[in-house]
Formats: sequence, structure tokens, C-alpha cells
Amino acid sequence: MNAPVYNFAYLDEQTKRMIRRAILKAIAIPGYQVPFASREMPMPYGWGTGGVQVTAAILGPADVLKVIDQGSDDTTNAISIRKFFARTAGVATTTATADATVIQTRHRIPEAPLHGGQVLVYQVPIPEPLRFLEPRETETRRMHALGEYGLMHVKLYEDIARFGHIATSYAYPVKVNARYVMDPSPTPKFDNPKMDNCPALQLFGAGREKRIYAIPPYTSVVSLDFEDHPFTRYRFDAPCALCGADDSYLDEIVTDDQGSRMFVCSDTDYCENRQAQGHRGSESAAPHKERPHG
Amino acid sequence: MYVAVKGGERAIENAHRLLAHERRGDCDVPELSLAQISGQLSLGVDRIMTEGSLYDRELAALALKQARGDMIEAIFLIRAFRATLPRFGATEPVDTGQMRVRRRISSTFKDIPGGQILGPTFDYTHRLLDPRLAEGSEPEAPATAEASAATMPRVTDILGRDGLIEPSPQVDADSAVGDLTREPLSFPADRDLRLQNLARADEGFLLALGYSTQRGYGRSHPFAGEIRLGEVEVEFMAEDVGFAVPLGAVTLTECQMVNQFKGSATEAPCFTRGYGLAFGQSERKTMSMALVDRSLRARELGEEIIAPAQDEEFVMSHSDNVQATGFVEHLKLPHYVDFQSELGLLRKLRKEFSEAATDTAAPMQEAAE
Amino acid sequence: MADSKIAVQDNDQPLLLADGLGKSYGRLSACRDVSFALYPGEVLAIVGESGSGKSTLLQLLSAQLSPSAGKVSYRMRDGVMRDLAALGEAERRFLLRTDWGYVHQDPVLGLRMAVSAGANVGERLMAVGWNHYGRIRDTATSWLERVEIDVGRIDDAPRTYSGGMRQRLQIARNLVTEPRLVFMDEPTGGLDVSVQARLLDLMRNLVSELGLAAIVVTHDLAVARLLSHRVMVMKGGRVIETGLTDQVLDDPREPYTQLLVSSILPA
Repeated sequence: MNAPVYNFAYLDEQTKRMIRRAILKAIAIPGYQVPFASREMPMPYGWGTGGVQVTAAILGPADVLKVIDQGSDDTTNAISIRKFFARTAGVATTTATADATVIQTRHRIPEAPLHGGQVLVYQVPIPEPLRFLEPRETETRRMHALGEYGLMHVKLYEDIARFGHIATSYAYPVKVNARYVMDPSPTPKFDNPKMDNCPALQLFGAGREKRIYAIPPYTSVVSLDFEDHPFTRYRFDAPCALCGADDSYLDEIVTDDQGSRMFVCSDTDYCENRQAQGHRGSESAAPHKERPHG
Repeated sequence: MYVAVKGGERAIENAHRLLAHERRGDCDVPELSLAQISGQLSLGVDRIMTEGSLYDRELAALALKQARGDMIEAIFLIRAFRATLPRFGATEPVDTGQMRVRRRISSTFKDIPGGQILGPTFDYTHRLLDPRLAEGSEPEAPATAEASAATMPRVTDILGRDGLIEPSPQVDADSAVGDLTREPLSFPADRDLRLQNLARADEGFLLALGYSTQRGYGRSHPFAGEIRLGEVEVEFMAEDVGFAVPLGAVTLTECQMVNQFKGSATEAPCFTRGYGLAFGQSERKTMSMALVDRSLRARELGEEIIAPAQDEEFVMSHSDNVQATGFVEHLKLPHYVDFQSELGLLRKLRKEFSEAATDTAAPMQEAAE
Repeated sequence: MADSKIAVQDNDQPLLLADGLGKSYGRLSACRDVSFALYPGEVLAIVGESGSGKSTLLQLLSAQLSPSAGKVSYRMRDGVMRDLAALGEAERRFLLRTDWGYVHQDPVLGLRMAVSAGANVGERLMAVGWNHYGRIRDTATSWLERVEIDVGRIDDAPRTYSGGMRQRLQIARNLVTEPRLVFMDEPTGGLDVSVQARLLDLMRNLVSELGLAAIVVTHDLAVARLLSHRVMVMKGGRVIETGLTDQVLDDPREPYTQLLVSSILPA
């Protein structure tokens, strides 16, 4: 039988070079979706194959990798991807945002500010911000090429006419470097301002849709809005029940079947750091106690 | 008091152990061998090779075993393995005219040079469950005859001699054939890429699309010009030695559909072609593929594009079951963060609504479309 | 009345020039050797039976079809005469959503049916960079008023509108960027007679208020009489007669036009 032998970080070097070329092009044209020959990965499409391919292409032996899903290092898919690279590349892994050189993420941007030299790799399901307004790829590519973004504003107009404000809460479209309208992946709009003028390199990989795009360090990223209905970040009124943070994005935890709820940081590393520094919230426990079941 | 959930890593490991246990099933029942799967579930193995786009019966049988009989999961396993294989180059085009034919039928002519050969087919079986199979029994030995020395020209070649069917599009021998596993697909796509996409496409999806063309969603008036099954030689042009080296034989099913004629001011009317090819014996797949291939030629043939099967962006973007299943099933992944955003927005909107409703009894608008 | 219609802007340079325009499909010639000049503020009606080539001609003039022969030139806002075939796609699309309007016979083709009336009117403004919701909405509101649509319906989608309202909305959507030239393809087709009359009246007022140039394709000579300054009669892909509207309709020269005017030919 043809026994499989796998390369460092799974992908063969030829494939990595192809992906790196796409990444370089993406960095050169901020926000532009570069088609690339996405490979079949050993995890399903829609589960981070784009992010995994980008990470595999840029990872070196000295890198320190952090993987988060929903802000947490400990969700099943984050664990699965972290283990994949620990096994195929043998790189060091971490949960500490500050220590990581490469952070692969699904649906969140870490709360702690990123620094120069770091790379944030986003997993992207649908890279095309215009897709649900115009299903045809040939047409959306033309719209990007000609900078025809009126339709996107029609959607925002409709939101305000119906609801009184823009009713897009995640995957909130942005304009990158004053040129391309880009989908920031399904991160909550709370995270949008973190993309603007960020010192870290931000790379976006969509495996199933075969697209890579990028925001180079210190690039302007503006959330679309109207002058008289400016973009607003959405956040809960309460502080985190564990660490007391009032500046972080919160998960809602249903604590019983009587409608009781509590709100805690979705970024577990941020929350644990704060607790270690002595910050406390209303429901604080002794930090780091393992529960038997996931 | 609240403690954040931990221990996902161990849960995953345990889930995998349980899966392995379930896969094996009752240990008092003998385990399936790959030879049994490959030999006795051979059409399933053929489908995995076709849609996995890797000709290796043993690996396909392994994939089917590992996937607990789930075809799409097995195809996925093969695809992921295939993606890591080094690429030496492309073989010479196989010549199905030289096929060692085991089955060959045409619905367009009663008799054709070389004859109609039924071969192994379900076609005229009565679909009655056979209890003898449950007990296990030796089948009768197959009937044999002298191999015919007659050549078996393709039916479309016979039509082609009189110019009754459009010539098979000839490409420049030096021009590279597209490969959508190596180059990202862009639209409009040429026929080489379309056929590659269809060859890898989900059989059920193509079946439904092909069926829809028959029911009037983009009719093409097809005839099964010829379906043939058999072995063809595969050769590889080795640059070092300067000639084509035989690599072995593969089993293929080929379907050539003969479709409604077209004509124009400058061209005499003639029949048009739809083409299907698959590994192993995969007749439903190749016939559906040929129907959809013909439908997707609408743009090239100047036909009005009105039906799903004619829309190449629609067909090619949704035909791949590995892509489709991944994205459908990714809904199982956590979406807490997005959901939280929506929940927050919805609460806000409901609050505003109830506040407004106390002022005026305005009807609720429809949700965003 | 004829005098007031002819009184146009003092600009005596043509806005659009067709020169030897033709379109053929294989051996079939849909339209042949059409030449004319259209001046700012002038309304030209193209009349003829179905199959006479008038719709093909409208598509050629509005750069939706590329001609097999001849060319169409248009005077851009900077005053330069440009060959439409030489425009890049970006320029052509920009022209289509700013300086031109296109009113389809079927409003479904010209509107976004699932999007509110306000957004339908506002889309062209947003496409050219308007970024103030309140101002977009105010402008949309005033346009709905101008086309006599109840402003209370501004947040309703046109699929809840009657046929006449849809057509008036389509006109508002086209005129909001103050185009200089509007193409109309059977703008009153498919509407009840009473609805037609109101629409025609509205269009005539808007065209003269705004000093619009327009090219109207119609089989209905009443539409041509009410809206246009000049008429071109087409038959078999050719222009067989052209002149001032009243002149052609009151005193047709060609036998075919005579038949058309006396409503003997089915249009």
C-alpha cells in the first residue's frame, strides 16, 4: 500500500510556495481577494481549511502558535487545529496572545493589542462581502474591479429604514486602504476597530472558496456607515462576571433552566490573565479549575 | 460560582476512541477485509475512486472501511490523501476507441459494428430481494465465448464520418489541460475544467441536474449514443527516455450523448455532444455527467441560459460533495460569538419595537431579505 | 404647443450621434444604416411595428449591444464627443448610472423589487458616493413627491406597488442623478389606458422641466405625439421616414407611415 509520508506542516513545499505567492499578492493589494489553488486538507471544508493552509505556508520551526475559536483556546476546533500543527510541524504552541508569533483565529480578534511581527490568520467561510447581495462571482469581481459598492450601501440604507440603525452585528463590511470592500470574516463588529492601523499582519484564508486576502500592518480599515449613522461598536452593559473587564467582548452563559444568565469574556486568555493579576468579577472562582467533561 | 468549561482535548480523544469502537462493530462478527470490500462492494469502490479522483482500489476500499460505509466521508479521505501526492506530470490522453470492451450499448442504432454487448448490468434484473445471497451461495459460472476480433468504433465516430455530429473539439496538442486542483477556478470556465469538475462531482447532484434537463429545465433532447465499459491502457510520456511508457490499465466507463442538432447561417445543422467519463463501472454517473456537460455548453452553442443545469457558476460551485458536506456540517462548530451578536441585536430591536408599539400600533416589518 | 417643445437649450452641439449604425445576426439583419443626431433637450420617438428593429436600435444606442456596423458617439459632461465602443467598461457603467437613464417597459427589470422604494431611488446616489442617510432619504422623498407617489410608501418594496406606481418609481430612480439623456422602451406598455394618460402627462412635464433629452421607443403613436419633438419611422430594420412629430403624424409621406398612422397595421 502507498503509505503516506507528510512534510513539515503537512503541505508539500510546492504548495506552500504557491500559497506564499498568493499571500504576497494579497499583501500588495490590501483587501483584494486573491484566488489560490486551495488543497484538500485533512479536515472538512468550512472547518478552517483556508486558515490552516495559510498557517501551514507561513509557519517556520521557530514559530510559536496560538489557535483560538470563538476567542477561546479550549474550544474543540481550536484544540483540533493546534494539535494538527503540533503533530505535523512540531512547533511550540501557546495560549498567551503576547507570546504567539502566529495566531490562527475563528470569529474573534484577541482583546490584548497585537504587536509588530505577529501574524493573525483568520478562517473565512464566505470571503465575498457582496455575495448575499449578488450571488454571481463574475458580477461581484466586476463590482470590485470598478469599485461599484452602491449596492452595499443599499443594504445599510435598508437596515436603517427598517430598524433605525444598521442591523449587521458580525461580518460587518469594511473598506481597506480606501479601496476594496472586504469581509472581516464572521467576527463580531465589536472587533472591527482592532483591524484598523494594526501593527500585526492580518491574513485571511478561505479554503472552500479558494481565496486569500490580507491587511498589511498599519493599514486603514474603515467600517462602512453613513455620516449621520456612524459605525458603533456593540457591547454588553455588564462587566465580565469572572474578571470584571468592561472593555471585552462577552459570551452569554446560560446557568440554569430558569433563565439565569451570566456574561464572561469570550477571550479566555485575556480573562485568565486579568484574574491572575487579581481582577475579580461578581462570580469569580479560584482561577484554573478543570472540569472533567468538555 | 462559575468555572469555565475545560477538558475539550480529552473529550475529543475519547470521542475518537468511541468512534473506532463503533466502526469495528460486534467483535464476534469477522472483520471486513479490504479484498472483500474491493471485490464485493466494487461499485461503491468505483464511486470513491471517481469522486475521490484517485485510481487505487485498495486505498478506496480502506477509505470505505474507515468511513463506516459513508461514501462522502470515504471520498473525503481519498481526496485529502491525493492532495499530498507529488505531481510528476500528466499521462497521454487515453484512447477509449482502443478499449478492451466488457460492456457496450447504443440506443441510437439497432446494430453497430462490433455489436451490442450487455456485460454485467442490473438493467434487466427484476428488483426482487434474493434470499440466497443472505445465506451465501456460489453463483453460476459466467457464459463465455471467443473474444471477437472485430474492432468497436465509437458510435459518435460513425456519425462523425458523415459530419452528422459536430467534431469532438480538438485542442492544440501543446496547450496545457487545466487542472482545478492546481489552479483556482475562474469563470467562465472552459470545457476541460468543466469536465474535470463534473468527473469529481457528486453523483446524486449530477443525477438530479441531468434529470431536470429531461423534465424541461433546459431540454437538450439526448440520445445515449454509446456507453462502454472496459479497460484502457494508460501511458506516460517520459521526457528522459523520449517515448511513452505504459503505466498499466484502468477500468473506465464512458458515455457519449448525442443531442439536439444546432445550426446557424454559416453552419449546417448537426448533432451535438455531451460527454461523461468515470473510473470503474459508473453508468449513472457518466450518463448524468454527459447530460450536464451538454447543458453547460449552452453559452458556447449560443443557447439561452434559463435552467440551473445550464448555469456553470451554479453547477460548478455546488457540485463537489466534499466542499458541500464540509460547509453544511460546519454549522456544528461553535458560533457562540456570532450568535451572541445577533442575540444582542435582536433584544435591542425587540425592546425598541415594544417601546414603539406602545405609541402606535405599527405593523412589524418583514425581516431583512 | 409645437413651438414650446422645440425651444431647447442654447447648446447647438449634438448630444448623441448615430452614424451608419447596423446590427446583424448571421444572415439576419436586425437594423441597418441608421444615422441621426440628437440635441440636448430633444425628445426623439422611434416608432414601428414589432420586429421593425426599433428595440435593437435602442440597445445599440444605449451601448447594451455592440454594433456590427457604424458607431454611436456621445458628448460627455466635459464636452468631449466620445465613441461609445471605445469607452472602457468602468466609463460605460458610470455613464449608465449617472448621465443616462433607462426606463424599461417592465419595471421589474429596472427596479430592485425586494428593496424599499427609498433605497431604489437612493441607490444611484449612493453609487456616486452620497454618504449621508438623511440627505439620501430627503432626496428620495422629494423624488417620490415629484412622481406623485405617496411618501408614506417610501419604506415599502415596489412589489407591493401597482403597475403605474412601479413605472413612476422607475422614472424617479432614473432621474435622481439628473441625467441628460433617458432611454425609454415602451414606457407605457402594459398599463391601463387611464394609467397611461397620467404617466404620459407626468413624463412630459418632467422632460420639459429638466430639459432632458430622451429617445423613446414605442409602437403607440399617441405616446410619440404627446412626448416627442421628432419621430423616426422604422420598417424592416431601416429608417424609412423621419421629421418633426406633428409633420410626420399629420402628413405622412411614406405609404407605410400612412398605414401606421391610420392604425391599419398592427403595432
